[in-house]
Amino acid sequence: MAKTILAVDDSGSLRQMVAFSLTAAGYQVVQAVDGQDGLNKARDQVVDLVLTDQNMPNMDGLTLIKSLRGMSSYQKVPILMLTTESSDEMKAKGRAAGANGWLVKPFDPKRLIDVVQKVIG
Amino acid sequence: MSIDMSQFYQAFFDEAEELLAEAEHLLLALDLDNPDSEDLNAIFRAAHSIKGGAATFGMTDMAEITHVLENLLDKIRKNEMALTGEHVDTFLEAKDVLNSQLEGHRSGADVDRDVQEEVKRKLKALSEGKPVSAAAEMAAAAASAAAPAAPKPAVVAPAAVVDKMRHYNIDVKALSEKDTANLEGELGLLGDVSSKRLDNGHVAFSLKTEDSEDDIISICAFIVEPEDIKITLQSAAAAPGAAAAPADGKQRYNIEVPELSDKDAENLKSELALLGDVSISKAGGKTIFALTTEDSKDSIESICSFVVDLETLVIKDAPSASAAAPAEDLAVASNGFIEGDGFGFFEPITPPPAAPAAEPEPEPAKPVEAAPAPVIEKKPAAAKKEVEKAAAVETTSIRVGVEKVDQLINLVGELVITQAMLEERISKLDPVTHEDLLNSLGQLTRNTRDLQESVMSIRMMPMDYVFSRFPRMVRDLATRLGKKVEFVTSGAATELDKGLIERIVDPLTHLVRNSIDHGIEVPDVRHQSGKNETGRLSLSASNRGGNIVIEVTDDGAGLNRERILSKAKQSGLPVSDTMPDSDVWQLIFAPGFSTAEQVTDVSGRGVGMDVVKRNVSAMGGVIDIRSALGYGTTMSISLPLTLAILDGMSVSLGDNMYVVPLNLIVETMQPQATDIKTVTGAGFMVHVRGEYLPIIPLYSLFNQPTQITNPVDGVLVIIEAEGKKAALFVDGLVGQQQVVIKSLETNYRKVPGVSGATIMGDGSVALILDVPTIIKMGQNNNSEGVYQ
Repeated sequence: MAKTILAVDDSGSLRQMVAFSLTAAGYQVVQAVDGQDGLNKARDQVVDLVLTDQNMPNMDGLTLIKSLRGMSSYQKVPILMLTTESSDEMKAKGRAAGANGWLVKPFDPKRLIDVVQKVIG
Repeated sequence: MSIDMSQFYQAFFDEAEELLAEAEHLLLALDLDNPDSEDLNAIFRAAHSIKGGAATFGMTDMAEITHVLENLLDKIRKNEMALTGEHVDTFLEAKDVLNSQLEGHRSGADVDRDVQEEVKRKLKALSEGKPVSAAAEMAAAAASAAAPAAPKPAVVAPAAVVDKMRHYNIDVKALSEKDTANLEGELGLLGDVSSKRLDNGHVAFSLKTEDSEDDIISICAFIVEPEDIKITLQSAAAAPGAAAAPADGKQRYNIEVPELSDKDAENLKSELALLGDVSISKAGGKTIFALTTEDSKDSIESICSFVVDLETLVIKDAPSASAAAPAEDLAVASNGFIEGDGFGFFEPITPPPAAPAAEPEPEPAKPVEAAPAPVIEKKPAAAKKEVEKAAAVETTSIRVGVEKVDQLINLVGELVITQAMLEERISKLDPVTHEDLLNSLGQLTRNTRDLQESVMSIRMMPMDYVFSRFPRMVRDLATRLGKKVEFVTSGAATELDKGLIERIVDPLTHLVRNSIDHGIEVPDVRHQSGKNETGRLSLSASNRGGNIVIEVTDDGAGLNRERILSKAKQSGLPVSDTMPDSDVWQLIFAPGFSTAEQVTDVSGRGVGMDVVKRNVSAMGGVIDIRSALGYGTTMSISLPLTLAILDGMSVSLGDNMYVVPLNLIVETMQPQATDIKTVTGAGFMVHVRGEYLPIIPLYSLFNQPTQITNPVDGVLVIIEAEGKKAALFVDGLVGQQQVVIKSLETNYRKVPGVSGATIMGDGSVALILDVPTIIKMGQNNNSEGVYQ
């Protein structure tokens, strides 16, 4: 069965790009428009990987990650941050929140698929 | 796999456009003294999102501007810098530039590079706390430095420009302490920077950025000559500290576990594959995995713990297979993270090892009754509030060409006609013997109507699409004219047909401009007349019956009856001093009419109001004015909801049928002979509830034969348009129904008094009456005898 990935980003075009690329690579993609939406969708269905933007309205990525890690079903689900910031500070925050890794924006679809494959095969 | 990024461009264009509009909206509403932090965040996010998208889709020029914009906004939102009017002005300028860049990418239009550079400089100056004027000096400096700063051509192949975080060494010839600090500050805008003074007097900067070499050169050009700069690119892995990571830290392990089921073995293999190359073999009741990885035994153990008991697990070092191992693009960075090019993991990428007591969980997808969740910081209060908000933001849409929608609407129109035909035929059948058929047809009728409504709603767009462009215009105009104007809108969610929405923009723009120029007075005058110095201009839209009413209201000087009348007399228009106000106001729609004492560059040339009226009429709408001298003016535009379908009353005249738009009918009546009065030379009037209305006999207007020529034998339909009422005299009423409008003009030619045609249930063609024109025609045509 195809693995499911939750893609959280407030930018529709990036979300589309992520969804399209990952779908083309054989994954199922659930899209969410911000952290809150992501959290709701993550509750509806436990996914195999979460990709989240950091800077979003309503709920940012770090809060989403923390909230997800607070849910028993998301203890071990890999979570990657898609971020434009790659400072050590940001990474430290991401790690503290419970992320497993990061991917610096902008990225091209191939890189995205590579990284996702590294994480969930 | 290659993916064509251009397929996402349209989505990005639309999204960026929306974000820019939203940012502008928020900027205009910002209170300089006490800016709302949520608004600032939202503006920052807009810049941030556009930057992300622009960079991803290879629109570097937009990414550059949003990058500096974002930096400045970030400082302001973090309260490192106070918001000033200068900021807002520059942000608005930047927004305009971004819009033009967007247009450039979208349509290949030329973008003014000087303007882009100018805005970029201003933003940079501001983010350094310098006034905008400093940007001019910087501009001069840049020009003398041969300015290699021109942004890249508007349309670039995306793959070529998708930048990654890079690490540059920048070597600059002799530089003073001050310049070094300046340059470091500039480079800091691009990314993480550090500087070191070398023995030969050179200064070496180390910069980690996702911007290109060109950007670095253009930044440096403000301070040093380009030929004095040497930039070398380091790979990310060679970043300080990262270099210390062993290039080849791979180790080969043999992992022995008691023989596993095929499923478990597959599971474990796929888990281990996350760490590196793995192969599987079975021997002597054991399953052996050969793994080549740079991860520690601990991480292997933690992975295996999902599937097998740790006690039964044996991990042996195998001879290093580094030579055979495929090159991995991951390196351990100084901060302990595993970094690749543009991505990284905080630890060997495996789900974090659970507490030993936890249930094994090979498939993270399954919700398991795992160990109790550790308590992790949450923000329940904030989260709750955000739930409702989030629901509102959710948008899932598909984009379809307008022509497809129109085709759909057309087909549904045909379906409505067919359905009406069926209904007509079936009404002649015996209802008892054909009960089932009648019931089914009733169902079809309902379904058709629902279908029609849903299809029509596809073309509906919120008025916000029009309203959103006004705040900026009002602000600019008011500033230019030295007036203070508070602009409010209401009913922005009201929906209107897309075709109408696009055509209403120009007339509305004109009315708003007029209100600011002629309506609202300058603060001094307002003060003297006891009004608030700040004028109020409101734009509202609402649904009234089958119409959309859009109103532009100002609390300005109001229309001056005397001045309009005297001007009208000068222009030779037929006027009398006893005309009602509503007729006087209509005079301003006469071509070439302007009472403005002086022509401003904004309005007052006397072209416009007639065009406004013509445009509105062409949309099937009417425009109405209410005004009181000294108190203000309201211009009210009433438009049909849609141009394609009309609720009509069919009336008969001789052998023919006509359709009167239902929204223009006040009432219908069969008059008594005593209510009909003759007016010498002006035809006949009917007395309706204290009002005398002119009778317009349709048969004489259209010159159609009919048996009924006495109003007492027929029906009077009281119609109203543009503030005037009249009684339309027809043979009889047939029924009320929705009709699909077919243009007569495109298929035949314009006929006075007829706005279109439709196909009735029986297949015959009926003309749709143009009520405002008929009332006007009636006034000129009412002199001939009607009856007796």
